[in-house]
Amino acid sequence: MSAPVVAPLSTGSSLREFLHGLPGVDQVGAEARAAMLASRSIKTTAKQWALDMAISMIDLTTLEGQDTPGKIRALCAKARRPDPADPTAPQVAAVCVYPDLAHLAAAEVKGTGIHVASVATAFPSGRTSLPVKLADAEFAIEAGADEVDMVIDRGAFLAGNYQLVYDEIAAVRDVCGEKAHLKVILETGELVTLDNVRRASWLAMLAGADFIKTSTGKVSPAATLPVTLVMLEAVRDFRVTHGRQVGVKPAGGIRTAKDAVRYLVLVNETAGEDWLDPDWFRFGASSLLNDLLMQRTKLATGRYSGPDYFTLD
Amino acid sequence: MAKFEYAPAPESRAIAHISESYGLFINGEFTPSKDGGAFKTISPATEEVLAEVAEASPADVDRAVAAARQAYDNIWSRMAAQERGKYLFRIARIIQERSRELAVLESLDNGKPIRESRDVDIPLVAAHFFYHAGWADKLEYAGYGPAPRPLGVAGQVIPWNFPMLMLAWKIAPALACGNTVVLKPAETTPLTALTFAEICQQADLPPGVVNIVTGAGETGRALVSHPGINKVAFTGSTEVGKEIARACATDPRKKLTLELGGKAANIVFEDAPVDQAVEGIVNGIFFNQGHVCCAGSRLLVQESVYDQVLASLQRRLTTLRLGDPLDKNTDVGAINSAAQLAKIRELSEIGEAEGAQRWSPPCELPVKGFWFPPTVFTGVSQAHRIAREEIFGPVLSVLTFRTPAEAVEKANNTPYGLSAGVWTDKGSRILWMASRLRAGVVWANTFNKFDPTSPFGGYKESGYGREGGRHGLEAYLDV
Repeated sequence: MSAPVVAPLSTGSSLREFLHGLPGVDQVGAEARAAMLASRSIKTTAKQWALDMAISMIDLTTLEGQDTPGKIRALCAKARRPDPADPTAPQVAAVCVYPDLAHLAAAEVKGTGIHVASVATAFPSGRTSLPVKLADAEFAIEAGADEVDMVIDRGAFLAGNYQLVYDEIAAVRDVCGEKAHLKVILETGELVTLDNVRRASWLAMLAGADFIKTSTGKVSPAATLPVTLVMLEAVRDFRVTHGRQVGVKPAGGIRTAKDAVRYLVLVNETAGEDWLDPDWFRFGASSLLNDLLMQRTKLATGRYSGPDYFTLD
Repeated sequence: MAKFEYAPAPESRAIAHISESYGLFINGEFTPSKDGGAFKTISPATEEVLAEVAEASPADVDRAVAAARQAYDNIWSRMAAQERGKYLFRIARIIQERSRELAVLESLDNGKPIRESRDVDIPLVAAHFFYHAGWADKLEYAGYGPAPRPLGVAGQVIPWNFPMLMLAWKIAPALACGNTVVLKPAETTPLTALTFAEICQQADLPPGVVNIVTGAGETGRALVSHPGINKVAFTGSTEVGKEIARACATDPRKKLTLELGGKAANIVFEDAPVDQAVEGIVNGIFFNQGHVCCAGSRLLVQESVYDQVLASLQRRLTTLRLGDPLDKNTDVGAINSAAQLAKIRELSEIGEAEGAQRWSPPCELPVKGFWFPPTVFTGVSQAHRIAREEIFGPVLSVLTFRTPAEAVEKANNTPYGLSAGVWTDKGSRILWMASRLRAGVVWANTFNKFDPTSPFGGYKESGYGREGGRHGLEAYLDV
């Protein structure tokens, strides 16, 4: 798949023409391809590599109304040293929190290389005015977030008002400037079709996203292999036509090491190994980390430990 | 070195029990051949000898046909239809129970990746037996009259590309309709058929209902021309198919179905879902190393998306994993025999000599065994031999077209007519194309999909008769 190189799209109608000119996605075929790649058998040294890579790609996340400063501190401690019993376990890529807690997280991970991601723009629904969304993003960045996970206006997207979605992303992009990476959450569970996923991916990339992310984790279904496959195809093709690499972040519903390894296979055989790097692929997850650590310990010692031997975050 | 190097993940071959030598399966027992003839079957991936197999002489074929006749007259044709169905259900269940063993055996003897034998071949084999088991006591509702009669003894000759699956396509409908069979597997891939013989014993199938005679062309000739045979079913090359048709023509009472070669067009329109179309192209020609009679060996791409489709295809081919058939991550296995490899090489060289451009992804071939890299020819015209002759290997010829009418014209311009693929987002175009393509199967936005409920068979030199579905029963009923 490759699209014509287009100049920045200025009018709603050309944007619409472009997005609707992208090749369609056959859902049956995409699901079959994802299922085939999920049957790859990753063992021994390959598994070892994949488990560590997956850990280093995690955006360790807590996004609950009941989050406390103590919980954030615990999360950050876990991010720095996921397995207290094994210092060789790599640290995660980032912690992901609400904006009002970002300053705490920033202080906790300072100097570790772990990023602070904060959800913004009226996460998770995105239902507020643009000035409030921009203020939300600004607040998160001032509090120390260097990655902003914004949500798109799904209502506008589904109504075909692509220009509005584009303009909002571009506006948040401006707020982020050089200070923060922009991850754009498509909330694919609400977009429903894979054609929509492809169009939303291109729309976000054209508007300046550094990352495209599947879900908020608050809507079911969240990340799935077929959806991530289509997004990986989009970033792969976008780099060919536009010369810029964009990252992908599946989030929500990825709980087991087995699932995580399947995603890495998908990355490897779809976008290619350039994306097998925490700078270009992330998992939005929380409980996934402990399963990865358990499998890691099993691989190293030959024994499974119970969940009580791994810390809750 | 790749970042993410998949470690070897071989399926254990210990699960496949291979005897040192096998006899012929006649009248429910393994017996040596009368003249003591035997041949070796090897693993095409390593050239290692797997077993020695008896070679059936005309006298042995005689014995097998006599056993099948006995069983037909005295047991199988008289048995209540429900009871026949029960045997088939039992066989289907045993196949499922022994599926891993059968998959390993198939990959060892044939060279196909374990992922295919495990996920495609053997599940389909079980599905065919289950499906036909259901038909056994419902034949009066199949549309062939109130009490359709079986034909008698069926002589069946199958190819090496899907050894166990072709056996199922042949034996399941024959038994369901009340016939008994003498089946000859291909000389390079007899092991799963012989294991199927064990399964018949395990299922307590009455002796003589299924007989397996192993051997090469001579054995097959003796079988199809045997006067005691009422029905001949053959899957294989058009050349041999014609020979069989001539042999059977001398006896007008013999019913004949042939499933022969193909040179299918896989047609990609400009509005196709490109990523899935590329998967379909890969699946169409590189599935089972291209050893598929309905393989999409001619890719017809609409001019306006040619560059895009070719670039995507080439990128995708660089991710194909060629190697050990028993490794669970292998996509492309070994070529089945030295003879087939020679044929693929010869036609590929002719393709180059005739001016087509040859391309293969960077790909290391194992030193031992029979291997051929996935190959794409561009700049191919209808007149090239690689666009006309069945290569039966992982070799794709790419042509272009401008209008739907031109696509139909090129697709139909072949002596074959087994299958075709159409890739477009436009439903009306799929129907328009399907009604004009002269092919037994037309796949829309998919390729190489098989199901026991769906009839399969060809037009023109791809043969006659249908296998599978309600239509497939006709071949084994006196109608």
